[in-house]
Amino acid sequence: MTEVAAKSTTTAKIMDHPLNAWYVAAWDHEVTRKPMSRTIAKRPVALYRTEDGKAVALADSCWHRLAPLSMGKTVGKDGLQCPYHGIVYNSAGRCVSMPAQETINPSATVPSFPIVERYRYVWIWMGDPTLADPELVPDMHQMSSEQWAGDGMTIAADCNYQLILDNLMDLTHEEFVHSSSIGQDELSDSEFITTHEGNKVTVTRWMHNIDAPPFWLKNMRDKFPGFEGKVDRWQIIHFEAPATITIDVGVAKAGTGAPEGDRSQGVNGFVMNTITPETDRSSHYFWAFMRNYCLDSQLITTQLRDGVHGVFGEDEAMLKAQQKAIDANPDYEFYNLNIDAGGMWVRRILDGMLAAEANQSVRA
Amino acid sequence: MAATNIEVWQEAEVTGIADVADGIKRIELAPQLPKRAEPGSHIDLKVQINAEDAKRSYSVVESSADGTTLVISVLKAPLSRGGSTYMHELAVGDRLQITQPLQNFPLRVGAKHYILLAGGVGITAMANMASVLKRLNADYTLVFAGRKRSAMAYLAQLEAEHGSRLEVHVDDEGTSLSVNELLERAGEETELYMCGPIRLMDAVRRGWAELELDPSALRYETFGNSGWYDPEEFTVRVPKLNLEVTVPQGRSMLEALEDAGADMMSDCRKGECGLCEVRITEITGRIDHRDVFYSERQKRQSSKMNCCVSRAITSQTGAKADAARTGGPAVVTIEPN
Repeated sequence: MTEVAAKSTTTAKIMDHPLNAWYVAAWDHEVTRKPMSRTIAKRPVALYRTEDGKAVALADSCWHRLAPLSMGKTVGKDGLQCPYHGIVYNSAGRCVSMPAQETINPSATVPSFPIVERYRYVWIWMGDPTLADPELVPDMHQMSSEQWAGDGMTIAADCNYQLILDNLMDLTHEEFVHSSSIGQDELSDSEFITTHEGNKVTVTRWMHNIDAPPFWLKNMRDKFPGFEGKVDRWQIIHFEAPATITIDVGVAKAGTGAPEGDRSQGVNGFVMNTITPETDRSSHYFWAFMRNYCLDSQLITTQLRDGVHGVFGEDEAMLKAQQKAIDANPDYEFYNLNIDAGGMWVRRILDGMLAAEANQSVRA
Repeated sequence: MAATNIEVWQEAEVTGIADVADGIKRIELAPQLPKRAEPGSHIDLKVQINAEDAKRSYSVVESSADGTTLVISVLKAPLSRGGSTYMHELAVGDRLQITQPLQNFPLRVGAKHYILLAGGVGITAMANMASVLKRLNADYTLVFAGRKRSAMAYLAQLEAEHGSRLEVHVDDEGTSLSVNELLERAGEETELYMCGPIRLMDAVRRGWAELELDPSALRYETFGNSGWYDPEEFTVRVPKLNLEVTVPQGRSMLEALEDAGADMMSDCRKGECGLCEVRITEITGRIDHRDVFYSERQKRQSSKMNCCVSRAITSQTGAKADAARTGGPAVVTIEPN
C-alpha cells in the first residue's frame, strides 16, 4: 500500500466572510427617509436617507437599551430617533438629543458604517472604517452605463454565500438545473480556461457552432428578427472579491468572428451578481441582467428580468436544498472536481482576506 | 466601527517601562488575548491600593496592528487616589489584570477637518488618533498644550511624525494656548477631539457652545479624575442612614460611602451616567462638580451631585486662596437615592 500525503486543506462548508470589504446593503431605491433594517454580516443595520438624500447605515440598536433604531423615525436634517426613549443620533452615529436629561452622555454613540452609493446600489463596509477606500468597490459599471439597459431583483437565499459563488463560478450546472432555458449538453462538453490575478478570477468558456438554447434564441430574434441557425456562445465569468460576479454572456451567428472580438452579429448580456452574507446560512443575493442592444425597450427589460428571475428561482431551490443537506450531514466533507477550479480560486482569495483580518484582530 | 464594549479580562505582562516626561512613564504591555486597539480606545486595569483591588482606565497610546503590544502612559499625580503610584512602582516582568481594548471615544473617519487637542497627559488619548489620521491623509491639526516641555510626553516623537501638523503650546515659553483663537479656526465641518484637564475641556465646551458649533462634532473623553479644584478631605453626612463619613483626598465620596456600608447605586464612576446622583440638603463650603452629566444650570443650582467624581471643598468662592483661609473641612449633608 502506498501512503499519500493527506489532503492539505479542507474545503469549508460554511465559509466565513471578510469584513474589510464592500458589500451591497440595498438597492438605491430601497433606502428612503423611512428607516429599514437589514442584517449584514450578522450585524443588524438601520438604513435611511438624510434630508439631503445621503444614505446612512447605523447599527440597528440604540446605545442605551439596544432597541432597534429602524423602528424609529428620521428627525431633523440627518437624525434617527430611537422609538423607545427618544434618544436621537445623527448620521455619524452620535447622540444629539437625550430627552430625559439636560446634557448628552459623551459616550452615547452607535456605530455608523461607511457607505458608498454606486452602480444603483448602496455599498456598506462592516470592518475597520479606516480601511474603507471607495476605490475598492467592485466594478459593476454596466449597472449605470448608457451603453447598457436592464434591471434586477434580490433573492433571499437560505444558504452560505460561498455556495452561491460556487454556483456562479461553475456553469456546468446549467445543463441540469436550467435545462428548459439556458442549459445544453455542450456546456459540460466544452473546455474552459481559468485565470486569476490579485483579487480577481476569470473563467472563460466558448461553445462553437451550436444550437442556441431557448433563452438565447429569443434574444437573437429580438435583435435579428426571424433569426435561424447555429451560434457561437460565450460565458466569461468575472469574480471580484469578496462576492461580486459579473458574467459576460451571449451568442453570435456562428463563424462571424465573435471569439476573435467581433460581436456585432450577436447579442450580449451581463449577468450582474453580488452576494452579501446575512448570516452563516443566509445571504442577500442582488442580481441584474444588463444588455447592450434594444436599449430603449422596456418590454425586453421586463421580459429579461422576469426570465432570469425564473432561471434563478431554480438555483435558489437547489442552493436551499444543498444547505439543508450540508447541515443534515455534519460529518461528511466536500470533495472537489476539475470543474471547481474557478470556485476554488475564489476560496483561496477569501481565505487570504480572512487570514489577514485574523492577524489584525478585526474579528471579535 | 462596531463598538463592542464587553469587558474581557486577561493577564498582561509588563514588557517595557520608560520615563517619557516629568512624572510620566510609558508602560508597554503584552496581553495574553491580543485584540487590535482602535484609535480612541482604552483599557481598564486592576491596581492595588492599600492591598485592595481598584479599577483604573488608561488610553492606549500605541498598539501593534495585531494588538500583541499595547502601550499606555501614566502620570504620577501627587494627589491621586493611589492608582498612579501603584502603576509607577511596576517593573518589567510584572503581571497585571487588564481588559481587552474598550471603546468609548471612537474616531469618525471622513470628517473634512480635524482638530485633536491634548492638554498635558491627555496626549495619551490623542496620539493614536493622530497616527491614524496621518495614515488616512486626513486634514488634521494636533494641538498639544502643556506647562513646560519637560512635562510633555512624546514631544520629539510627535514632531517627527506630524511635522507642521503638530502645534505646540507651552505656558513656560509664553506660547499658551488661546482657546478662543483655536475655536475660531474650527469651521462648520471640523470635528474636535480633546482630552486634558477639566479647566481646558470646560473652556472648550463653553466656547464651542458660544460659537454655536455642532455639539455632536465636539468629542471628548473623561475619566472623571480631575476637577476645577484640588481634592480636599471633607465630611459627608447621611441622616437617613445615620452616617457621618470622612472622604479622604485620595478617595471618592461614593467609595467612602460604600466603605461605610451604604448601599449606593452607581455605574460609570466617571461622572457621565448620573446614576450615583444624591440630593444635597445642606452644604458648608461648596461643591466642585466634576461630572459631565449636569448642565451649567444644574451645577450652579447645586441641589444634587454625582458622588462618583464630584467633591465638597471648603471655599465659598471656589478659589484656592480662599479655601486655605477658611479652613475646613467642608461638610455636605445628603439624601441618597
